[in-house]
Amino acid sequence: MSEADALLVDATTRIFQDLCDPQTVNAATDAAWKAPLWQALEESGLTLAWVPEEQGGAGASLADGFAIAGVSGRFAVPLPLGETLLAGWLLGVAGLDSPTGAMTVAPSRPRDRLTLTSEGTLQGRALGIPFAGSVETIVALASQDGANHVVHIAAKDCVIQSAPGLSGDGRDAVTFDGVVPLAIAPLPDGLGENCLSLMGAAVRAAQIGGALQEILTMASEYAQERVAFEKPIAKFQAVQHNLARLAGETAAAVAAASSAADTIHTIQGLGDAAFFEVAAAKIRAGEAAGEGAAIAHQVYGAIGFTEEHILHRFTQRLWAWRDDFGNESEWAVQLGEFVADGGADELWPLLASR
Amino acid sequence: MSQAIQFDPIRLPPEAEELRIEVRAFLAEELANGGFDPRSTILTSAFDKEFSKRVGAKGWIGMTWPKKYGGQERSFLERYVVTEEFRVANAPTAAHFTADRQSGPVLLKYAPEHIKQEVLPAITRGECTFCIGMSEPNSGSDLFAASTRATPTEGGYLINGTKLWTSNAHQSDFMIGLFRTSPPTKENRRHGLTQFLVRLKQPGITINPVRNMAHKHEFNEVVFEDLFIPEDHILGEVDGAWKQATSELAYERSGPERFLETYYVLTELVRVLGDKPDPRAAEGIGRLVAQVHTLRRMSVSVNGMLQAGKEPVLEGSIVKDVGTIWEQTLPDKARSLSAFVDAEPSNRATFDEVLQYATTIAPKLTIQGGTTEVLRGIIARGLGLR
Ligand SMILES: Cc1cc2nc3c(=O)[nH]c(=O)nc-3n(C[C@H](O)[C@H](O)[C@H](O)COP(=O)(O)OP(=O)(O)OC[C@H]3O[C@@H](n4cnc5c(N)ncnc54)[C@H](O)[C@@H]3O)c2cc1C
Repeated sequence: MSEADALLVDATTRIFQDLCDPQTVNAATDAAWKAPLWQALEESGLTLAWVPEEQGGAGASLADGFAIAGVSGRFAVPLPLGETLLAGWLLGVAGLDSPTGAMTVAPSRPRDRLTLTSEGTLQGRALGIPFAGSVETIVALASQDGANHVVHIAAKDCVIQSAPGLSGDGRDAVTFDGVVPLAIAPLPDGLGENCLSLMGAAVRAAQIGGALQEILTMASEYAQERVAFEKPIAKFQAVQHNLARLAGETAAAVAAASSAADTIHTIQGLGDAAFFEVAAAKIRAGEAAGEGAAIAHQVYGAIGFTEEHILHRFTQRLWAWRDDFGNESEWAVQLGEFVADGGADELWPLLASR
Repeated sequence: MSQAIQFDPIRLPPEAEELRIEVRAFLAEELANGGFDPRSTILTSAFDKEFSKRVGAKGWIGMTWPKKYGGQERSFLERYVVTEEFRVANAPTAAHFTADRQSGPVLLKYAPEHIKQEVLPAITRGECTFCIGMSEPNSGSDLFAASTRATPTEGGYLINGTKLWTSNAHQSDFMIGLFRTSPPTKENRRHGLTQFLVRLKQPGITINPVRNMAHKHEFNEVVFEDLFIPEDHILGEVDGAWKQATSELAYERSGPERFLETYYVLTELVRVLGDKPDPRAAEGIGRLVAQVHTLRRMSVSVNGMLQAGKEPVLEGSIVKDVGTIWEQTLPDKARSLSAFVDAEPSNRATFDEVLQYATTIAPKLTIQGGTTEVLRGIIARGLGLR
């Protein structure tokens, strides 16, 4: 991590510590914590980190945005920060100005497609859109005669069928039929239809890495405090080995996610290298999310299964995040087909090239 | 644990990638002129002294060591490239790899000057093979139970006892042996063991083969009867070997050899599944590739930390834990994914042959060099649990 990155991570961490403490959020009886948190994130330029300065954003690097996403994972972020980052990025690359306020992106599932008709209206439905019911703006990719466009949509113009999803943050079904976008611009050359799922998957992998880092720390501390059979459960070898496995899964998720983020940042463009790294990161981080959440719950026992305890804030988001922008199976089929197409003798050169 | 687990995305520097081109050219030439046969490296033996000498001539053994001892003063990341390319090519490196990875660095740190000058350059030329004499019949995971005695005598020590599972002892010139010089103390049961450089080709040493379940002679029993070792062959502190172990471990645990031992199964799996795999097979390949890519990125990251002068003991142990489990479970996953491939011998003969071999040797992968359980104990300590 560069010094500038470290500073940004520290600043972001402080905002979350002050305004998004999982304990406080979990115990809150109303949503009063939301506005100050969002305001602080917005005022420090974090929400529009990926929007160029000319378009009203912070003009931060791609690496910075992924670092912000990682921190948001460490706090089980219950607001559309990652989604707003992605929406701003998409508007920015298409040369469109970003509005303020919370945004989300569509589609978020690999098989959903939206189209733009010759009358300039949208057509299609996208499922599992994170936070669609609680944002002002939806930024979507829509195709017209084979060309991809970025469209800026007012969420209130869409028909939104809300569903809480695993995390309770909303994974909503959005129907776009007949909606007239507020702005439309073509996706620039060099970016394809898969650009949103690549960026989205990389953000989710970073968030998964962050959440796993946090539950590893939490569970390791808990194991040293919780006493059973007259000693801290951390003294039981079975518990130690469970936590060692959690450390392995965390390490894998963090390494894969930061490698993918670094690739997107340094290569600037979402070609084969980015596809390979992001696919691998989403697969491995998704696997780690499942394994890691299960281990953390086992270490905590019954208390971790309560609404009152904060563990579920992390584990339920791990389960939700591994499904967004393509789950492990969906990416693995794509990656497997890519590898098979290259052939057995090209696999090592591919691995070694990263 | 003070800080969250971090694996920075270290990339191999340009000089390492240039070296990769050279290494691949060397390997291609070796293959072309019959210098080695990858199939026989896997199935028969990875020990080939002549090959090691040719590698030594390229300057690729002990390449991170000081020039005055025959090294090249190159970086760990350059060494990384050589190690991984040789592994994946199934090149026979057994005659020099132990010395290159483990024994040489121990000598560099603890041997007296005249021994460094004698032995290290010979290692770098590929002329000298090392083995590791730690385990005994009654001391495996519990290294500090070692009982092979080193008794002081005029000018040195007399060694009596038995080492077991000593890989390649029968083809080695030297051993780095762990012997008991004092009993353990009440306060410290790790006290009392000392590392020695042992010259193997002399009387007082009997090496008996122990055939493994793949019917190969790789490890051995090494019996010492009044073997004399001169005092200047002590490596490090008398009775204090336990202090010397830990810093070497990160090197030993985090290399590409810790997840690539059965890699050939993945290559052959991709080959038998063909260029249009069904979704089940494609998903299987995709997951395996994602996993091995991640392991490699973790391993490169740890080597980057080593290059930066850190001691990533926790991170290195994690790489070995996750890596050895991966290489161990790979054959079974490949077996399952290949279940519907046509049984025509021409389609899958090579695959079946290496799969059978990998299945046979898989159990050792989570035992050699420290078991999974021992590693997880070390990780748990790194997490502050013990
Ligand atoms: C192929 C191969 C090559 C080898 N080459 C060498 C070599 O060159 N030189 C050398 O010195 N050694 C060598 N070894 C030996 C190797 O280091 C030991 O096998 C290993 O350290 C385990 O010791 P052990 O076999 O005595 O098993 P044990 O120590 O008897 O262990 C048996 C089981 O008990 C578990 N166990 C033991 N202690 C604990 C504990 N505290 N907590 C939880 N579980 C525990 C172990 O994890 C294992 O599952 C080799 C081994 C193999 C398989």
